[in-house]
Amino acid sequence: MREYLLGNVAIAKGILEAGAGVVSGYPGTPSSEIVDFLAPLAKEHGVHVEWSVNEKVAMEVAIGASWTGTRSVVTMKHVGLNVAADPFMTLAYLGVGGGMVVISADDPYCHSSQNEQDSRRYAQFARVPCFDPADPQEARDMILRAFALSEEFGVPVMLRPTTRVSHARADVEVGSPGKRRDEPKFEKNPARRVALPVHARPLHVELLEKQAVIEAALANDSWNRSEMKGEMGVIASGISGLYAAEAIAEIEADVSLLRIGAYPISRKTVGDFLEGVKRVLVIEEMDPVVEEFVEMVAKERNPDVEILGKRSGAVPGVGELDPLTVRNAIAGMIGLPGRAAPKMSPEVLSILPPRPPALCPGCSHRATYYALRKAFGKDAVFPNDIGCYTMGVDMGTVDTCLCMGASITVGAGIRFGGEERGICAVLGDSTFLHSGLTGLLNAAYNGARMTVAILDNSTTAMTGHQPHPGTGCTACGETSPALSLEDICRSLGAGFVETADPYDLDSTIETFERARDYPGLSVVVSRRACVISAIRAGDRRPRFAVDSEKCGGCQVCVKFGCPAIEFDGNVAKINALCSGCGVCAAICPSKAIEVVK
Amino acid sequence: MRTSECDIVVVGVGGQGVILISEVIGRAAMLAGLSVRGVETHGMAQRGGSVINHIRVGCDFSAMISPGGADVLLAMEPAEALRYVHYLSPDGVALVNTRPVMPVTVTTGQARYPSIEEILVPLREACSQVWAMDATGLAATAGSPQATNVVMLGALSRHLPIEEATLRKALSETVPARFLEINMKAFELGKIEVE
Repeated sequence: MREYLLGNVAIAKGILEAGAGVVSGYPGTPSSEIVDFLAPLAKEHGVHVEWSVNEKVAMEVAIGASWTGTRSVVTMKHVGLNVAADPFMTLAYLGVGGGMVVISADDPYCHSSQNEQDSRRYAQFARVPCFDPADPQEARDMILRAFALSEEFGVPVMLRPTTRVSHARADVEVGSPGKRRDEPKFEKNPARRVALPVHARPLHVELLEKQAVIEAALANDSWNRSEMKGEMGVIASGISGLYAAEAIAEIEADVSLLRIGAYPISRKTVGDFLEGVKRVLVIEEMDPVVEEFVEMVAKERNPDVEILGKRSGAVPGVGELDPLTVRNAIAGMIGLPGRAAPKMSPEVLSILPPRPPALCPGCSHRATYYALRKAFGKDAVFPNDIGCYTMGVDMGTVDTCLCMGASITVGAGIRFGGEERGICAVLGDSTFLHSGLTGLLNAAYNGARMTVAILDNSTTAMTGHQPHPGTGCTACGETSPALSLEDICRSLGAGFVETADPYDLDSTIETFERARDYPGLSVVVSRRACVISAIRAGDRRPRFAVDSEKCGGCQVCVKFGCPAIEFDGNVAKINALCSGCGVCAAICPSKAIEVVK
Repeated sequence: MRTSECDIVVVGVGGQGVILISEVIGRAAMLAGLSVRGVETHGMAQRGGSVINHIRVGCDFSAMISPGGADVLLAMEPAEALRYVHYLSPDGVALVNTRPVMPVTVTTGQARYPSIEEILVPLREACSQVWAMDATGLAATAGSPQATNVVMLGALSRHLPIEEATLRKALSETVPARFLEINMKAFELGKIEVE
């Protein structure tokens, strides 16, 4: 059956085809749509699908499932694998039961991420096989192969799509959902499941010994394919291989091409290719994983081959590649002129206003930040975290952003480092439940004098509104106990825990002032549903308008930064984007903003 | 050698329904038996930021279109048309909605929004043909300003290697039935606009 599918949906369909019984994950762009797509289908297909509270938890759930003989999948974005690295590394030793696929989606160019780390390095590090799909079809096909490989060699297998695969669409051939295994059962086998030193040492030997056979098995896979057409060669991995194939077709040049889709790379395949060429260009996004391998193999098989790539400067070392960059790199290797991209003059482009992503009209985070700044002053330190709220950086209340959950811990460290000014760490509800709990516990235990603001919009908004344990609902829409963030914070040791409604600005400011003055660890849960969720739920609020007679043109509301507020040179105006939060009315010194009746 | 039959870059602002256009064209291409590729903006940039989608009809390579390679630039917003015009081939066509969406940098007074003429002059120099239309106004005439994307799709229909009837069928399979009439009207108004 052929369908026009998003890459992540093609992956999800492959997971169903493979008969996986457990799928877990934590949302993160560009990986989120895999679980988003599977959750509503879970019941029908008898699959347990969950949004776990973080990637480490998700990985361990998938491992447990695999140890019953059930096929399992865990999904995350690349930085999520850092969180899950602990179980991942040792899992490679202990091995799987049912096939297990770890999906870690990379984000070259940081479209929606804090770094450009390369998951292929993790696969190398853990010594597990890794598939690097070029497009949605390969991603779906590789899922099926990954399960089979995982079971054949008893190791977890990584699938590493990138943004341009996960968020690409293509006509994809998919099959029918497969059957789950019968009679799953956890078999006791301490020598394989208990990572005591005495067990780990031989398991490490076993893992190393598997490498050569895995490499040999992958050498015959169709994603590692070469086409010899002359002494100029290109070796390209994943999507770069597709860019290279297009460039070679477009230039109509005689260039040999070796495409890599599976790791560990076959030493023989690369060596044979290198023997047939005089010059080779290695093209890949992110780290020079293939390039370093090619340099190593060239020493044995063809020391005279000239190797071009990131080290020679022929291929950029950062960001994502695109067909033109690849085309020009290949043209450069064979002595053809590059094709320049059309460029508008800087004068023309200078008339364009920047359009950065911004908090939505009526987003309660903006109101919370306003209240925070009023209560703490601009001079206080505001360690921040990962979520929509990081976009508040222009409001002066985002001073740090490191990784999930680091707001509280970095804030505590700033206090212990000797900072005397006010400290208010800010993070969202989903991020707090992901990895803020341990930080809060640590801050309470070690006596950090600071405030923590939990911006609770009751969803994981940035990645597409996934539920979490505070929402009272699971990924599959089943009711679960809605945990109280306030109760959690109290039991973790915060001495001051209060709740505020950021749409009630004065009371929120007052609550933050008391939290600021509390001589210990204080928490304010600033709670208001995400404005997108509210609108979807049919919660329409009356709009607001500016009385131009009363407006003094002070621009206090304009500087608040809501996209619904414009300034025409004399007075402010509220446009159709207004979602009726009413916070601008509260901050207007002239009382010129009123609800439209 | 050409590596794709028709390359379209669709640009706009997060929330303008750019993804629907890709869904309809993808479905229509499959009905017509053509291979199709696309790539979308998800995640952070969707929050009111500038978005760009690539669609390639009759293409078996990647979904990404090279700068200077697009046959059509479909812009849901005028400033975004200029921001991404470098994707357009000098022989290409730009279809531009003239209704601005003010970025927060403009509403907060940090930047100025150019006049439509300031945008259209360099656009005209950069490609062979520019069709400027008030797609949002036409969508309102059809029954809902939300159908701006479908007005633009109607305009695009003249430049696709896909029969109009196939596009309409794909559209009817994509949008909710209760909005079908408005959407069909919007499609028609967009198509007429570029006659």
